[in-house]
Amino acid sequence: MTAREDWWYDEAAGPLVRPYAMVRGRTRPNAPDLHLVTQVRASSFASDQTSLTVEHREIMALCARPLSVAEVAAYLDVPLVVVKVLLSDLIERGDVLVQNSSPQIPDRDLLQAVLDGVRGI
Amino acid sequence: MVFVGSDDQLTVPTAVKIVIAGGFGTGKTTMVASVSEIPPLQTEELLTEAGVHVDDLAGIEGKDTTTVALDFGRITINTKVVLYLFGTPGQNRFWFMWDELATGAIGAVVLVDTRRLDSSFPSIDFFEHRGIPFVVAVNCFDGSQLYTVDEVRHALDLDDAIPVVLCDARDRESSKTVLVGLIQHSMNRLAAV
Ligand SMILES: Nc1nc2c(ncn2[C@@H]2O[C@H](COP(=O)(O)OP(=O)(O)OP(=O)(O)O)[C@@H](O)[C@H]2O)c(=O)[nH]1
Ligand SMILES: [Mg+2]
Repeated sequence: MTAREDWWYDEAAGPLVRPYAMVRGRTRPNAPDLHLVTQVRASSFASDQTSLTVEHREIMALCARPLSVAEVAAYLDVPLVVVKVLLSDLIERGDVLVQNSSPQIPDRDLLQAVLDGVRGI
Repeated sequence: MVFVGSDDQLTVPTAVKIVIAGGFGTGKTTMVASVSEIPPLQTEELLTEAGVHVDDLAGIEGKDTTTVALDFGRITINTKVVLYLFGTPGQNRFWFMWDELATGAIGAVVLVDTRRLDSSFPSIDFFEHRGIPFVVAVNCFDGSQLYTVDEVRHALDLDDAIPVVLCDARDRESSKTVLVGLIQHSMNRLAAV
């Protein structure tokens, strides 16, 4: 995305106008637990996207492959709190799939896989 | 809401994370960059001017906010597992971020610069108090390796069970060795309980 410079310093409008406008000040009453590393992915049965905002569609495109919430926020260049609201919209529509778990300390098998993986890079 | 595995053939990997902590300028971002498969990314959390974490956008329209940036990298382990490496924000006042980072983490690397040992005390305290596995990696800035591993261990008042290693955060193999040491340390801790 472009013109990030004036994102936070839109003097006429005051701070935070853009991200606030993007989510229309909505909270996330029924939002799933979205953590930094929670994996999200666009569903292969995504619904009609014509009613979606540009940002929602950008997320759908990004999530053609699985990504973490933190990666989506970084690529979209919006604060985490904003991307969580946008993702929640898409999850509610069934357009984005989410890993249904809060961060858990990995078990032995998972640690072994990570160990082998890191050794192999 | 559709969860993975219900009616969709697509899979979503399991994510694990490692925290790269330490004082200001100890080489956290450098270490993330040296092992990450992508150039480090940045993500921003929102804070009010008073430093309070904004976790809900309701009611903050027009309020002055600032951001705290986290940098992170990624190592795809295989199609089912992906590892994220998060550098902690430099300033210690962002403890709320540390909690989110540390929850469910494999463990932490605490980077130490021997010219400013005390700058890593808060990180060590944090992981010690929460019982999170960590290793101490002494980042050998050019010609600054003034102390031996034992001296560093003593100066930091570290338990014998905490691994202390020397490293060069700019070097991929060196950083890999530190990560391998941390994962093994975590596995040993798991076996011990
Ligand atoms: N000589 C040498 N320089 C290093 C090493 N590691 C990092 N540096 C340099 O030290 C400086 C700080 O490194 P960073 O990786 O930005 O440190 P950081 O911990 O992320 O810093 P903050 O996020 O600001 O707290 C950079 O200029 C690096 O290039 C090292 O092992 N040797
Ligand atoms: Mg840094």
